[in-house]
Amino acid sequence: MEKHTLAVLVENSPGVLTRVAGLFARRGFNIDSLAVGRTDRDDVSRMTIVVEGDKPFIEQVTKQLHKLIDVIKISNITEDEYVDRELVMIKVTAEPSQRVEIMHIAGIFRARVVDLGSKTLTFECTGTEGKINAFEESLRPYGIKELVRTGKIAMLRGSKYVALSLAPSREVENA
Amino acid sequence: MTVAEALIECLERENVEIVFGYPGGAVLPIYDALYHSTKIKHVLVRHEQGGVHAADGYARVSGKVGVCIATSGPGATNLVTGIANAYMDSVPLVLFTGQVPRIQIGTDAFQEVDITGITLPITKHNYLLKDPSKLPVVVKNAFHVAATGRPGPVLIDIPKDVAQAIISFKYPSTVKLRGYKPTYKGHPSKISEIAKLVGKAKRPVIYAGGGVLASQASEELLKLAEAISAPVTNTFMGLAGFPGDHPLFLGMLGLHGTRYANLAITECDLLIGLGARFDDRVVMNINSFAPHATVVHIDIDPAEIGKVIATNVPLVGDVKMILKELLPLIEKVDRSEWLERIQALKAQYPLSYDRESGLKPQFIIEQLWKCTKGDATIVTDVGQHQMWVAQYYHFKKPRSLVSSGGLGCMGFGLPASVGAALALPPGSKVILVTGDGSIQMTIQELATMMEQCLNVKIILLNNSALGMVRQLQEYYCEGRHMATHFQFHPDFEALAKAYGIPAYTFKTEEDVIKGLPEFLDSPGPAFVNCIIPREENVLPMVPAGKGIGESVECG
Ligand SMILES: Cc1ncc(C[n+]2csc(CCOP(=O)(O)OP(=O)(O)O)c2C)c(N)n1
Ligand SMILES: [Mg+2]
Repeated sequence: MEKHTLAVLVENSPGVLTRVAGLFARRGFNIDSLAVGRTDRDDVSRMTIVVEGDKPFIEQVTKQLHKLIDVIKISNITEDEYVDRELVMIKVTAEPSQRVEIMHIAGIFRARVVDLGSKTLTFECTGTEGKINAFEESLRPYGIKELVRTGKIAMLRGSKYVALSLAPSREVENA
Repeated sequence: MTVAEALIECLERENVEIVFGYPGGAVLPIYDALYHSTKIKHVLVRHEQGGVHAADGYARVSGKVGVCIATSGPGATNLVTGIANAYMDSVPLVLFTGQVPRIQIGTDAFQEVDITGITLPITKHNYLLKDPSKLPVVVKNAFHVAATGRPGPVLIDIPKDVAQAIISFKYPSTVKLRGYKPTYKGHPSKISEIAKLVGKAKRPVIYAGGGVLASQASEELLKLAEAISAPVTNTFMGLAGFPGDHPLFLGMLGLHGTRYANLAITECDLLIGLGARFDDRVVMNINSFAPHATVVHIDIDPAEIGKVIATNVPLVGDVKMILKELLPLIEKVDRSEWLERIQALKAQYPLSYDRESGLKPQFIIEQLWKCTKGDATIVTDVGQHQMWVAQYYHFKKPRSLVSSGGLGCMGFGLPASVGAALALPPGSKVILVTGDGSIQMTIQELATMMEQCLNVKIILLNNSALGMVRQLQEYYCEGRHMATHFQFHPDFEALAKAYGIPAYTFKTEEDVIKGLPEFLDSPGPAFVNCIIPREENVLPMVPAGKGIGESVECG
């Protein structure tokens, strides 16, 4: 089964996250990853939802999402060329003697130090899910104290884009 | 003007003539504003569930949006069953609930419940009105969303202090909802594809659901069926969407469908689904449903297409509009062989019951049909009696059956009959067929019925049992009748009389033959307690796990 990344433009209204999350829960759709934030317009938020399933399943998810009045537009980003990113922050145990070594690993992943404690280092790192996983694994032997990860966000490549200006009214495709 | 006054103004602009409701502290301002309305009639029910079912019955019969008001907390939670019922059967309702003042929201205040949270999965949309100035837009949108596309209930929760706030009133003339644009017009290329498939089909069957009634497409459905010589089967929700005495009519299909409908589905090579959703009580075993058929599915809700069954030709849109475009493209084909086969199936497997022992419920429904000839609005409750109505009554006119399909909600019948009677011109025949279990769930609404002077005839099919569940126990629990045989019943006749309703008892076929016509023609409400055998089962029936073609005929 493939993973699909859906870019969902929604009304920036209270309760919209509950509506979407509730829909997934009651229809038995599992969310792999979810990230929400407002777009360049303050009345529109964008959710990036990653779900796993075959084509009919994804179609059903999309159609059910469309039924929510607050959902304005849905694009299955995965059907096109796209870039995606996650952000992670990791606090790792770092005795002064280990710091150079750890900083070297971080360098490989282009992670940045965002905080320094007497016995810890805190990194931020962005990248694809795979890269973030690899970074986490590389730091694990030193002792991860804390880790926080955002959901995935994604965008189409090239001049294509998912925005309201493209289609002022939501298209309902014929099944 | 206050928000409460503005709300009443909005309702008047939406041509609301009747609201059902029950007052309380949180809706005090709304009721006070309602006091001054000369255009809107308020019907005081005896329980909020009765209010929402009545609004539902009103909406099903009139085709208009039903409106119901309840107070915060318990008033709001009492609506929940009725909202779920309307949601499952796609009935347009707008519900108003009172809420605690904004400042108290989230504090577990007296009579506070999160009703928008509770009803999230059972409303088409809902609103918590926090900004008083938004009231007109929200009400406008709510009526629009409830009534258009696939209809459904919409709830607006109004905090008490919002209802008291002062706003300047301007009712919007148009609706702007960028996330809501139902598709009505069918794709032309799909329509011509369907016309071609119909031309080629040898054994077409039309499977028509509630969407035909919602889109008022009964006339077009009849034209289509006759034009292509295709037999028509109705889902339970679709009943009354096709004339019940038409030679092409197969009756209801599915779990308790006629054998000939189920066998026609099994043998057909083209299945045209119209405004139906391939519900599990229809499809039974998915692998043996219409195994030889090319499936065409026309529905206004894109999410229903492909949800249950893989479709060869999906088409999103309004059934009526699509049929209107399809009809001119259709060529006549001789299908006498198929129609002969259908006739043979009908002759081989007619609906039947044994009249030997006692007064049979099927007999009563047959007599009911003979007396009314379909010129009545039939409301039912939920259980065996409901299925006997579906099987033995022949509906003639659209919207002449009012019943809880998707939720199967006992207690729907009586309040729904109140709503139905209020939707019709005075004197219209409204007949409630109910069960001894169901009626006791909302029996308090007899008072509403009398208060409103409604002419509802109540036929109680009294088997001293929760018959439908009793039947399940018969088949699936080796006859262990746990909690389905009533050990006590009130004197139903005396009970009806206590409400001022003339009441009778039928015990024999003769009682029915003699008494029913007079009963139905009597002015005003009347009640009859029909004593029927406890052991009667609804047949045919498709046993659990079996395919639709494998119904059994006898217990
Ligand atoms: C509110 C509710 N509770 C329980 C059920 C389960 N149920 C389905 S039919 C039925 C029996 C209905 O009894 P009655 O109204 O007497 O009708 P009968 O089947 O005897 O004709 C029950 C308990 C239901 N459908 N609705
Ligand atoms: Mg009963």
